Amino acid sequence: MSAHSTVRPGRRSPGAAVGTVARVLRWIAAVLGLPVALLALWWVLSADSETFYLPPLAEILAAFDDVWLRSDRLRADVLPSLLRLSAGFGLAVVLGVGLGVLIGSFRRVRAFCEPVLEFLRAVPPPVLVPVLMLFAGFGNTMKVLVVLSGCVWPILLNTVEGVRAVDEVLTDTCRCYGIRGPARLWHLVVRSASPQIVTGLRQALSVGIILMVISEMFAANNGLGFSIIQFQRTFAVTNMWTGILLLGLLGFLLAVLLRLFERRALHWYSGLRQFQRNDGHR
Amino acid sequence: MNATGISPDGAGPLLDVRALRKVYTGRNRSVEAVRDLTFSVGAGDLVCVVGPSGAGKTTLLRCIAGLLAPTSGEVVLEGAAVQGPPPGMAVVFQEYGRSLFPWMTVQQNVELPLKQKKLPRARRLELVRNSLDAVGLGDVPAAYPWQLSGGMQQRVALARAVAYEPHILLMDEPFAAVDAQTRADLEDLVRSLWQRLGVTILFVTHDIDEAVYLGQRVLVLSSSPTVVLDDVAIDLPAERDQLGTRSSARFAELRAQVFGQVQRAKHQSGAPDHQSGAQGQPAGSRPADTGTGPETTEDRQPTDAGSR
Amino acid sequence: MTPAATVPPPAATAPVPAGRSGGTGPRGGNALLGLLGFATFLAVLEVVPRSGLVSANYLPPTSRIAGALAELLGEGRFWTAVADTLRGWFLGLAIAVALGVVVGFVLGTVPVLREFTASTIEFLRPIPSVALIPLAVLLFGSELGSVLLLVVYAAFWQVLVQVLYGVRDVDPVARDTAYTFGLSRWTRIRHLLWPTALPYLLTGIRLAAAVALILAITAELIIGAPGLGNEINRAQSGGAVDSMYALIIVTGLLGVAVNGLARRLERAVLSWHPSVRGEETP
Repeated sequence: MSAHSTVRPGRRSPGAAVGTVARVLRWIAAVLGLPVALLALWWVLSADSETFYLPPLAEILAAFDDVWLRSDRLRADVLPSLLRLSAGFGLAVVLGVGLGVLIGSFRRVRAFCEPVLEFLRAVPPPVLVPVLMLFAGFGNTMKVLVVLSGCVWPILLNTVEGVRAVDEVLTDTCRCYGIRGPARLWHLVVRSASPQIVTGLRQALSVGIILMVISEMFAANNGLGFSIIQFQRTFAVTNMWTGILLLGLLGFLLAVLLRLFERRALHWYSGLRQFQRNDGHR
Repeated sequence: MNATGISPDGAGPLLDVRALRKVYTGRNRSVEAVRDLTFSVGAGDLVCVVGPSGAGKTTLLRCIAGLLAPTSGEVVLEGAAVQGPPPGMAVVFQEYGRSLFPWMTVQQNVELPLKQKKLPRARRLELVRNSLDAVGLGDVPAAYPWQLSGGMQQRVALARAVAYEPHILLMDEPFAAVDAQTRADLEDLVRSLWQRLGVTILFVTHDIDEAVYLGQRVLVLSSSPTVVLDDVAIDLPAERDQLGTRSSARFAELRAQVFGQVQRAKHQSGAPDHQSGAQGQPAGSRPADTGTGPETTEDRQPTDAGSR
Repeated sequence: MTPAATVPPPAATAPVPAGRSGGTGPRGGNALLGLLGFATFLAVLEVVPRSGLVSANYLPPTSRIAGALAELLGEGRFWTAVADTLRGWFLGLAIAVALGVVVGFVLGTVPVLREFTASTIEFLRPIPSVALIPLAVLLFGSELGSVLLLVVYAAFWQVLVQVLYGVRDVDPVARDTAYTFGLSRWTRIRHLLWPTALPYLLTGIRLAAAVALILAITAELIIGAPGLGNEINRAQSGGAVDSMYALIIVTGLLGVAVNGLARRLERAVLSWHPSVRGEETP
């Protein structure tokens, strides 16, 4: 009488080699096809552009090299922006997860804080730029605080939701096996809230980039947002476009970074969800 | 009604449940789930608790596990009153899918409580390996629980409990949610673990066959509010097997005896011959509506907790 | 136990948070605690500047902000600004929702299109909408057009992504059934896709509504388009700190109102709907 249950295999069907090659080619076409087509279209349509606002793509790409790569701007503008963003974002993670665990763990604390949090979250973060300028002047502190003030809410509120939803059976299990204190906090609370926390991180990241740029557009003497707005004010339209491209690229790259982190940290979650979806009986 | 269970060597019972009563107080009404339970379990015993669904079995188990404070009465384990989950106890829950940490591998799941016990690494690994081998899962330590079938997940939970080296192991309808074949395998596994490790086991189930097959003793509970209706000694041979034991005449007799009690239990709550029963509603007036029992476990729907 | 997607279970009302059966505190207690929390929040903001912990020039006491707010409410200029902000928000949101629904359904129902646009969407989505600010200024100046460009860009992705999730979520069994019965394309969309995707769409609208408000006010703040954001800017540069805080509170209240409205819409539309689904985390 042996257990007839076995480890369920991953769902990977080894196809014939030819099929695999075809599939890879198709995948490449699917991933690169449209972007390449769009860029080509942009290139062709803008090639003879006389419109002041829409310089030819060829010109923009040529300028990109000069403006960002062959100058000191990567160090003098892009780096400070990234540092401000990561400082604000990092502080928001610490503060958001910490407070979120605290608020989410105690029903009364949650009830006490909820209306205030709902209100603070609803304040559009950019309006805090003028306020924080009062407190912290025009320097880096202000910009880090601006990023922090926008990033902390999505992380905090998602953490609260995640902590609230911790499974009761797992909670009982921890109690029975004497898993308490920091071990409980990490292995039970934070880990089971981690899918929601990562959702919060994702929302916070996009808000954070916006706020980084805005705070620099408001008052700065360096940074990505500052450069872009300078280009616009001096009607250096081609340079401005390179800035827009760089910012877009940056947003994309940071999102990819977060995705990679998510894939590492939450691989159990996506696996679990996939099995649940395939199984249906749970 | 023999409910003393003092082991023959005179060492005194390992677990002593004395006049346990539990009343759930809701917003408008209060429900008496357990009226008066008194029994004890000797060291090394395998006792099954059986009763109709809604019989407050889960309430009883949660009180013994220290997860729930009784309204009155007490639970004494190894001479000390249970206030919270006691260190020498391990619990296997019915919801195997939710009692294992989905973000940990099988190995990590079994090892976590041992880390908490501050056992040295070498000892931890030894215990994990031995317990996984004992439940027949020596080859999947790196798998995640959700990659395993239900029966295998419950084996992991069992391995975790065994590795913890408890003095008493509580099992709350652990096999109610697995298929019949797996269930038979797991029942034999529990018997063999018990015989090999000498651990005391309190096994809660609603399945009469399972209770008779597994136990040395079967406690029959009434429906809620719960009292002990009967305490049946199971005098089947120690070596049991699914085919032989279950088809023996003695098994059938015992099964019939317990079945009769459970049938009676369905229509009876709070034994009339108990003093405490005097205050309640007349016996037999309560319909066999088992849905009213506040058995927390059975209220829970298997929700997809992760989708939020 | 399959979560029935085809056979509607009894209409789910407001989702009840999973808690222990017979949870202790009644609902009224929570509301009271929340009120207490809000009162504490206001009291702290009153006391901190009065005690001199923070200069009242930076953070005026609650009572002074309340006074400024009362004054604002009597001014026609303030109400014009509110109307301007709401106009930009609503128009932008409406355009984004319409675009998102159409594009989402087209992409979602044609697998090839979906496959070939996925990478482009993944690339464009994280591009911060503020990158478009200089372009908006050059194209539209400080007019409604600038606001709309930013609002639509930001809100569109929220709607699109949710609609795509929704269309993907169609129960395969139900889809197969529909094919077996030879239902026409239109009938399938009307009776299968639309009801399945609706909860997701409403989630998308809720998220988009919040983002749209943020971007509308941001555009006013940075570009100077008429509206509350612009008023905050004026108050700040004019040193009218009290009014600045009052205006910020108004934006927060608008945010709360927008969230509340979106949730009510969600609940009203979904009250007859078989399932109230949560947000999908990709």
